[in-house]
Amino acid sequence: MTPLAAEANENLAQISNYLVYSSMAVYTLAFLAHIAEWIFGSRSKVGRTAAALTGAQAAGAPAVQVRGKGGSTAVLDRPKVVTRSAAGTRDVPDGPGAAGGTEQGDLYGRIAVSLTALAFLIEAAGVVARATSVKRAPWGNMYEFSLTFSTVAVGAYLILLLLKKNVRWMGLILVTTVLLDLGIATTWLYTASDQLVPALHSYWLWIHVSTAIICGAVFYIGATGTLLYLFRDGYEARIERGEQPGRFATSVMERLPSAATLDKFSYRINAAFFPLWTFTIIAGAIWAGDAWGRYWGWDPKEVWSFVTWVAYACYLHARATAGWKGRKAAYLALFAFACWIWNYYGVNILLNGKHSYAGV
Amino acid sequence: MSTTDKASPEASQQPAASARGDEDAAAGAQLSTAPLEDAPGGPVGIGVLGWLRWFWRQLTSMRVALILLFLLSLASIPGSLIPQTQVDAMKVATWKREHASWVTVAEKLQLFDVYSSVWFSAIYLLLFISLIGCILPRSWQFVGQLRGRPPRAPKRLDRLPAYTTWRTDKPADEVVAAAGKVLGGSRFRTETGASSVAAEKGYLREAGNLAFHIALIVMLVAFAWGQLYKSEGGKLVLRGKGFSNTLTQYDDFKSGSFFTPDDLPPFSFTLDRFDASYAKTGPQKGTARDFKAYVTFREGANGAPHKREIEVNKPLEVDGSKVYLLGHGYAPVVSVTDPTGKVIFKDAVPMLPQDSNLTSSGAIKVTDGYKDKDGKKEQLGFGAMFVPTYAGEGKGTMFSQFPDLDFPALMLSAWHGSLGVDSGLPQNVYQLDTSKMQMFKDDSGQLFKQKMLPGETMTLPGGAGTVKFEGIERWATFSITHQPGSGLALAGAIAAIGGLAGSLFIQRRRIWVRATAGEDGVTVVEMAGLGRSESTKLPEELAALAAALHQQAPTAPDRPVKENVEGERG
Ligand code: HEM
Repeated sequence: MTPLAAEANENLAQISNYLVYSSMAVYTLAFLAHIAEWIFGSRSKVGRTAAALTGAQAAGAPAVQVRGKGGSTAVLDRPKVVTRSAAGTRDVPDGPGAAGGTEQGDLYGRIAVSLTALAFLIEAAGVVARATSVKRAPWGNMYEFSLTFSTVAVGAYLILLLLKKNVRWMGLILVTTVLLDLGIATTWLYTASDQLVPALHSYWLWIHVSTAIICGAVFYIGATGTLLYLFRDGYEARIERGEQPGRFATSVMERLPSAATLDKFSYRINAAFFPLWTFTIIAGAIWAGDAWGRYWGWDPKEVWSFVTWVAYACYLHARATAGWKGRKAAYLALFAFACWIWNYYGVNILLNGKHSYAGV
Repeated sequence: MSTTDKASPEASQQPAASARGDEDAAAGAQLSTAPLEDAPGGPVGIGVLGWLRWFWRQLTSMRVALILLFLLSLASIPGSLIPQTQVDAMKVATWKREHASWVTVAEKLQLFDVYSSVWFSAIYLLLFISLIGCILPRSWQFVGQLRGRPPRAPKRLDRLPAYTTWRTDKPADEVVAAAGKVLGGSRFRTETGASSVAAEKGYLREAGNLAFHIALIVMLVAFAWGQLYKSEGGKLVLRGKGFSNTLTQYDDFKSGSFFTPDDLPPFSFTLDRFDASYAKTGPQKGTARDFKAYVTFREGANGAPHKREIEVNKPLEVDGSKVYLLGHGYAPVVSVTDPTGKVIFKDAVPMLPQDSNLTSSGAIKVTDGYKDKDGKKEQLGFGAMFVPTYAGEGKGTMFSQFPDLDFPALMLSAWHGSLGVDSGLPQNVYQLDTSKMQMFKDDSGQLFKQKMLPGETMTLPGGAGTVKFEGIERWATFSITHQPGSGLALAGAIAAIGGLAGSLFIQRRRIWVRATAGEDGVTVVEMAGLGRSESTKLPEELAALAAALHQQAPTAPDRPVKENVEGERG
């Protein structure tokens, strides 16, 4: 007989719980700092959208300049590249971000990002402690899954920031949902740390589940961009029609990136991770082949992974071949992400199939 | 819905500029093999052929493909909400009982077999016909494009999505030659003309895209093949007993339409030992930790015996078939004597687990050899309930407290009469059909029941015989599946991921460089780029290439570059 899987180390599990609660406290501080960022930022006057849209009719949209990278010698007078955006998109500059260009707002924004990074480290330590306490991948039940999910989402956001991508606009939303996710995880989904059922004893757990979590977290970030795109696009359309949106809407929308930027952002994210999602499903099928004797059996979880996959394929098609840029494609993307979320919460809790394991 | 406008940003959006738009379209021509959409409208030409052609065009158009794709995702949803025969026939039966009024409608709509239903099949067949009709012609077209050269530079480069210009003292022909070298050095395919260079890169994108779609077709073929030739059977094996792979040995068996029993590879095995371990403590006390079946395995009709182990995630592979460990349970060993004291039955009877602590139920059926006190032939039946860990006397119900054999107990209720096994109807071995049986009654006239510990004996009322609980055996269930085509499906899947990555991460783009002698004898260099879809990469790449060319053709001194950021637009 193989040695019995080690019993859970209760001490480490307890430490993991403390770490998770601490990270929630720090995320809450980050949340408050983001709120302060938005409040101070609201004192700025932006109004670039209207200026750009009305100006565009008279003089043609201002072109965006892109400087070549690389430190070659001819830096001083090297040729400048002029780009023109594609037809059908408005030539609107990106908003200045939540801080609205105000110094105080920016300060709070920086504090928020630092706190988020700190909370991320604490949460990640919590995940590692949990994994060590059971000596296995920390993905045996929904509690652990939710924990890793938010850690990866925040990690992806921080990586984007490190890559100097313009993503600080999503800080507040991200921190809010992470708090929500952790709240749900600790109150309703909590499962004491323990060993796995035999069906999960497989290295495929590491492969299949980790990629599933990464895809979910990144698709979440993409969906946030899509949702804001819809709001921002509505806002730009109203201004284009000559309407004057309310003060609050203006204050928030003016600070977001332009609709075209948001749209491109979420398309890139979704397209970049669609192959990984494809891989996740195939890895799952291989594992199912080993564990259950069939590669594909239309178990609810399999069905919804498939639906999610087809929905994302539909979205990519809409953009690549049918020329459905914009709102229609955005609705498809949101539908696809809704399928993903349902596949996670709905299918695990409401429909039980072979994927229901110990403690939800 | 035009598929060309991404290649030529202005072609459809600005009718006023349509003349120039056409030229841009030429520059972007064949940048992808995406099909041109037919104008909506009825068929051209008359008769059946015209309609057929129209129908084919519609089916292979991107619009219809997109709708079919979306329909496919919607159509697979009901199967996750309503139980499927293919997945769990028991659940289907329960659902039918609970939703009696819906059953006819649901059956008409094939809602219990969504994934083999007519409507689901129709959608994916149409989708795949569409896919073939769309992808195969594109593959040939793409092969043609690979042999083609990048198209000549459009007249007005400054209208393209990324553009740059400067003036240099180098003669125009030297600039053109240098541009050809720079672009070629960056692995562009180049075509040098008199005063301009055309270059293109990223053919792998299209190749990846085609590979992905063709891989989808390969996967579908593999699934269909597997479906037609597959076989799948289940077998419960008691410890010490064996199984040999012939049709008659299976408890249940399903197979595809083209399967023949000859496809079953000959092998046999006996179950020597079965180990299960469970969490003894902690919040998930009782959940399984490890299962392992130790078997002696023989390949072929009379091959040499080998010791093998089968675990949940580690099936045994034989000649294209796999043997999986599915479940396990207990089989109390029971012996029955007739009124004369003769042992007429002694067997291990498998019980079906009811919960995770292996509370199990079953039936013991004594079909032959029993005669009652008066010498009349009869059959005996016992409803059985087995718990591996009994809660203890007076502690409520007969539910097991733990899945291991800590305190096993067997509860029997006794019947006599006809078991109904000879009626020809298939019977559930775990259930007693008491319709033609009478109860053995206890003193108070109730059904005679007794709980026994191992080694205990119960005496049937009226001297009708005895039943002894001799001991406990284990059993394991195995599933033996033969799934041809899975290797092909896997190859298709891997090709699909590779192709997809190529199609999503590689940009196909063109760069043009033109150098012309200006009126004051200074050469004007212009560079422009055009991509399949707008991308931040393209301007960056153009800037890098411009910087490289600029080193060889630096800006003419004393004449600063005019930064025409605006003005140039039409
Ligand atoms: C199971 C069904 C299908 C899936 C999952 C699928 C998936 C995809 C994906 C992910 C892309 C890449 C999108 C991009 O470049 O951003 C793509 C491109 C494409 N698909 Fe499909 N597809 C399917 C069916 C079809 C069908 C039925 C057709 C034809 C009628 C088709 C034609 C195309 C074309 C033409 C492109 C490339 C367009 C271009 O190069 O611009 N696909 N598909």
